[in-house]
Amino acid sequence: MIKKVVLSFPVDATDRSLTYDLVKQYDIRINILKAEIQAGKSGNLLVELDAEPDKLDQGIAYLIENGVTVSPVSSKVSYDASLCIDCGNCVSACFAHALTIGEPDWKLHFNPDKCIACKLCLKSCPLKLFRIEFAEA
Amino acid sequence: MKTYAEINEKIKNGTAVVLTAEEVAELSKTLSPKEIVDKVDVVTTATFGAMCSSGAFLNFGHSNPPIRMEKIELNGVRVSGGLAAVDTYVGATDCNPSSPAYGGAHIIEDLVNGKDILLEAWGKGTDCYPRKHIKAVINKNSINEAILYNPRNCYQNYNVATNTTDQIKYTYMGTLLPKMRNASYSSAGELSPLLNDPECRTIGLGTHIFLCGTEGYVTWNGTQFNTTKPVNEFGVPIGNARTIAVVGDLKNMSSQYLRGAYIEKYGITLYVGIGIPIPVLDEDLARRVSIRNEQIETAIVDYGQGGQVLGKTNYAALHSGFIHINGHKVRTAPLSSLAKAREIAQVLKQWIQKGDFLLTEPVRPMPVQSSLKGLQACDE
Ligand code: SF4
Ligand code: SF4
Repeated sequence: MIKKVVLSFPVDATDRSLTYDLVKQYDIRINILKAEIQAGKSGNLLVELDAEPDKLDQGIAYLIENGVTVSPVSSKVSYDASLCIDCGNCVSACFAHALTIGEPDWKLHFNPDKCIACKLCLKSCPLKLFRIEFAEA
Repeated sequence: MKTYAEINEKIKNGTAVVLTAEEVAELSKTLSPKEIVDKVDVVTTATFGAMCSSGAFLNFGHSNPPIRMEKIELNGVRVSGGLAAVDTYVGATDCNPSSPAYGGAHIIEDLVNGKDILLEAWGKGTDCYPRKHIKAVINKNSINEAILYNPRNCYQNYNVATNTTDQIKYTYMGTLLPKMRNASYSSAGELSPLLNDPECRTIGLGTHIFLCGTEGYVTWNGTQFNTTKPVNEFGVPIGNARTIAVVGDLKNMSSQYLRGAYIEKYGITLYVGIGIPIPVLDEDLARRVSIRNEQIETAIVDYGQGGQVLGKTNYAALHSGFIHINGHKVRTAPLSSLAKAREIAQVLKQWIQKGDFLLTEPVRPMPVQSSLKGLQACDE
């Protein structure tokens, strides 16, 4: 099971090896999609956690015990559909298959569940219609 | 054999049969070319894609005292000062390097949308044009002419781009992921104008077209017009061959069919919507307009390194969402809008059906023989 979450570390937790424990003790694979960590200040990590469902819950509970805020992530990436010309440039870049185009209508379709927040669409849209926020569900 | 005059007579009477290129391609599965000539009068073709070689002529009007503009900026973007005294040509790719994401194409779109634009111009001051500097706010209603003139549009076929290197490449063919994780293509396939009349029998100087939401005309062959590309068994040139130059009144255009765009790490370009009606004069043209995606082939080129040709594919495969390159399954995506191209083909069809839009016979044909010259650098 894969869960995408934003981990917000308090100041004193950033140098503890919490992520190491997740891997070691709970057998959770961590894919870091985005890191916003400032030394001496709190940090944010956008991660995908991949593990057995019960291990995942235990791991998340462990993080919360250690002062980490765990927020599930919803569709942080959005685009202005009213200005979209359905050109497909963003589809080409989106290897996660969140953005698709094709028969029958050849209009852009966006499935936020598949989005891994890689941000390639932000650069590849020639009209710059994409926005990304660390929005939390 | 039908004539332009006969077809125009039918258009005026409201009896002309008009189909889009996709509709006639479908029809050709059951009808012969002869039956198509009997049944269909006009086929509408269209494309909506990035066409860098585009721009607009503007005439600002004279101030009092007047200025002979030699250096001109629009919203901080330097545009041509070589047309004296108050004319300019805004090239789609003009930009100010300090803010490269806004440029000529965006100025053109802003004009179409009726937005105000800051004009600043300098001249040396002459006896008849004493003013040396001017600042003014202009928009499409305040200036005299605003004419879209694009010297190279509507490429006949184009390469498919992929990237074999292990680094992401930002190109005019879009974002190319490493190790052939995607491939991009830019032509509208069977709907594309110059693929439905590949030898330009009906497209020449004076051809009446749809241009960015209003009427326009073909004015000449486009630059880099190339008749020497290899042709496949269905008469389709493989790769970028012919082009057209087009003109139309910018003031009547719509940003639904004209958009300024910025391609990452490449630059600015203009998305241009073009629709071309093709009269079905005879069986040869009936065969041409019946072309289907699976018959339109194009070359797959490695834009990651050196432009090496990796193979060949066709538009039916490209539209399916993946192609095979040297045994690899590669995901495909377009760069030009098929949804918009379809919309344009439908709009043009309606204009013709309503009797509002007549066809013109070219007054000068396209070159029959034209090849490309390279450029020899003298500083190497
Ligand atoms: S951020 Fe990445 S995965 Fe999400 S839609 Fe954009 S390209 Fe696709
Ligand atoms: S790249 Fe931009 S304009 Fe093109 S389909 Fe995607 S969102 Fe729409």
